[in-house]
Amino acid sequence: MSQTIPPVLSVHPTRALVDEAFKVVVTNLPPATPVTLHALHYSEDKDYWEAFGHYISDHRGMVSAAQHVSLGGTYTGIEPMGLLWSMCPEPGSRTGLRLRKRIVTSPMLIHISVYSGHITVGFRNQTPLASVLTERWYMAPGVQRVEINDKRVRGTLFIPPGPGPFPGLLDMWGGGGGLLEYRSALLASHGYVSLALEYFSPGELQTADLQIQYFEVSFNIVKDHPQVISDKVGIIGLSLGAIIAFYIASESKVAKPHCCVCISGHHIFAFGETIGSVQREQQKELKARVDENNYRIWRDVRLPVPSDPSEKIDVRKITCPLLLVTGNDDQNTPSVEAAEDIAQMMSSSGRQHLLSTLTYPDTGHLIEPPYSPHFRATNFIKPTTKEKVIVLWGGRTKPHSDAQEDSWRKILAFLEQHLYSRTPPKARL
Amino acid sequence: MRRFCLSRVLFDTDLVAGVSSRILSHLRHKSKYTTAPSMQKNQCCVKLSVQPSRGLIDEKVTVLVQNTLPGFQVTVHALHHSEDGHDWEAFGHYTANNTGTVNVSEDPSLGGTYSGVEQMGLLWSLRSVPGSKPWLRMRKINVQTPMEFKISVYQGHRTEGFTDQVPLAGVVVERWYMAPGVRRVPITEDGLTATLFLPSGPGPFPGLIDLWGGGGQLVEYRAALLASHGIAALALDYLTPKVTMETGKMVEMDYFERAYRLLEQHPQILGSRIAMLGLSFGTSMTLRMAVYSQVMKLRCAVCVSGSHVQPIEGSVKQILEYFNENGGKTRFNEENQVIWRDLLLPIPTDPAFKVEVGRLKCPLMLVVGEDDQNWPAPESAKDIKEMMEQAGNSHLLTVLSYPNTGHLIEPPYSPHFRASLFKTVDTHQKMVVLWGGETVAHSRAQEDAWRKMLVFLRENLYGSSNPRAASFSHL
Repeated sequence: MSQTIPPVLSVHPTRALVDEAFKVVVTNLPPATPVTLHALHYSEDKDYWEAFGHYISDHRGMVSAAQHVSLGGTYTGIEPMGLLWSMCPEPGSRTGLRLRKRIVTSPMLIHISVYSGHITVGFRNQTPLASVLTERWYMAPGVQRVEINDKRVRGTLFIPPGPGPFPGLLDMWGGGGGLLEYRSALLASHGYVSLALEYFSPGELQTADLQIQYFEVSFNIVKDHPQVISDKVGIIGLSLGAIIAFYIASESKVAKPHCCVCISGHHIFAFGETIGSVQREQQKELKARVDENNYRIWRDVRLPVPSDPSEKIDVRKITCPLLLVTGNDDQNTPSVEAAEDIAQMMSSSGRQHLLSTLTYPDTGHLIEPPYSPHFRATNFIKPTTKEKVIVLWGGRTKPHSDAQEDSWRKILAFLEQHLYSRTPPKARL
Repeated sequence: MRRFCLSRVLFDTDLVAGVSSRILSHLRHKSKYTTAPSMQKNQCCVKLSVQPSRGLIDEKVTVLVQNTLPGFQVTVHALHHSEDGHDWEAFGHYTANNTGTVNVSEDPSLGGTYSGVEQMGLLWSLRSVPGSKPWLRMRKINVQTPMEFKISVYQGHRTEGFTDQVPLAGVVVERWYMAPGVRRVPITEDGLTATLFLPSGPGPFPGLIDLWGGGGQLVEYRAALLASHGIAALALDYLTPKVTMETGKMVEMDYFERAYRLLEQHPQILGSRIAMLGLSFGTSMTLRMAVYSQVMKLRCAVCVSGSHVQPIEGSVKQILEYFNENGGKTRFNEENQVIWRDLLLPIPTDPAFKVEVGRLKCPLMLVVGEDDQNWPAPESAKDIKEMMEQAGNSHLLTVLSYPNTGHLIEPPYSPHFRASLFKTVDTHQKMVVLWGGETVAHSRAQEDAWRKMLVFLRENLYGSSNPRAASFSHL
């Protein structure tokens, strides 16, 4: 049995919410020793995801991800959270994968390890010097998860702990369909009653499922909940979810969001449009491009932004604060161009003061909560045809991850400002 | 062909309202709370956050109340429902600043179960709720689940009736003895009654034998917490193990040596880096093994609230008999609580009744409370120091002595118990025993001692190969 001094790996904290940072430190190493820090996650879809960084211990025999430079690996530089956001599928995995937690009542389990030397492959076949298991949670303790199983509305409601009342949120994802609960669970962990809404199953987007009524009923479920402050309900949406948010905020007489967060969305949707028109469809198919890998680039399908307001959602009618989050390398949606047009339209109705736009460089379409890995292109089921393709989302990993971190913080501050802060009495005058 | 339509169908507001209200009435009965009567639906709400919401038992939390009014009076309250069905609470009175914020780490509590600026006061000042059975002690038996605390904020400065009032806000905090990945392994081989806690990872790890005191039983939480800090720790029941319960015979030194061998031979434990930690009667065993065992080569030892006084030639059973013979020195305070500190006083001069600490070869840390009413720990520490100075090995000794601190020096933020119901293994009588200590000082001592114990253990168990060389570096 080896009698050498064992190194000590500490990850603090070992249990955290997914948007909380951790500190990874190795001590008790010999000085100037090369080691590799490694993160491993076995997903619900049974794939292995990993990230790693190459370090050299200092004169005290210490390595600290927050203070020392990673010299190589899936991330480089001083990156305290690189072990999470730079994760990608293990070599040899299936292609086009995306990592998303479906079951939010249990944590993501991530093994953080330190290996001797600078290695790049075969981590699972070697014994690390030390390893720590960490839990990353979407749900804080005490958050309640309530399934909405009515045949009219499909979704899951998350309620923060405590008596309330709380501000509320309607939370909508995009064209991939299905029910994704994790962002709502996380928002509830930050004090919002949040409804994760399913509005179509993957590949089954039919006209009938998308009447504005459906979203108004869903909005009201949040608004009329006994633990929700009825005039402090907002909407958060990504991609198609953002489009729906624009639509509700502009047109609905029933659902009046107190504020909206629209991520990677656009307003280039004719009210009353049916895309059944063959001609328009053909035109659009022409504009759908593919790259050298046959990944679908859909950003041009709706460009150029029409000047005719009847071909767009009339955002001039929006009377609530609006936060737009866009990436300028979004290959799926012309969210940056749309944001510029939205700004012009809202200026024309004198409401530009309601609008804030965040545009991030080298950032793609899928702007997720912080430390989520970046996906430049993934498998996707086309919303109406069920055809399986690979869609190019865009972005480069490091700037995209920075954008996720920054935007989430700003989204939370925006929501807190509009849904939690006390408005001073004179503002009502 | 994509068919996607957001057409504005003539909607029926009644229909919309009808559907949503049907769903809501179903949800309403699931809701655990009714809205606080003082908060109208169109008001903004108080925000309470406790960070982190999940942590280890020895980690600090930050409690923040926001969104009240300037100068608003609040009570921050902690509630814990323990495994044995009792309720415990603590609370502090605060006044919000000009932004309507209270930060428990920075603002003074103006009253309650603690006062002053006390970041962790909500935990260490916990006590039984009014109406509870008296003289209870809060200890977690099942370490695989967390302790859950409900932290709430109430309007005004309240001292009672918390369960009758709806708070302004409430959150749940989990406090764990076991970090993720720590493995709990019940041990029954070699006639042992023990539980081994292995840290997360492949190892190998240093090891430790963890002993509690005269109450017996298998108490796991401290060993679980040590494993969460990278030490493979064996919680060992040596007074009420299966073999004693079945045969009536008490264990001997070889029982502890078998425990040591188990650790030494374990593939994930470093045989040359094994320590021992004992509290109360556990100290008696630790010192005996550290000095006299031929089998055990301890890397270091920690002795909390104990003594070196014992008949060194006697069996474990005879040590207990020695205490009982001195039973006449038991005193009672005005509340009729039992004071046992005099049983071993005065410290004998006869060397046959003191472990020969002058022969100790490994570093020793003593932790004593100067108000220990159960064991003469301060007097023993003084005598140990003198013996070691005379023998020339006092460079191995560290004494941590805390004023106004009692006998039960537990991991940090554990509530303080000045007296509680206690049943010793041999008398089987339940009585209220005086442990001593004053809550604030005792809680500070727990925090400081634990931190220093961890540093001591880490340096000796994870440090360079030759502990003697390390200790000489102080000369």
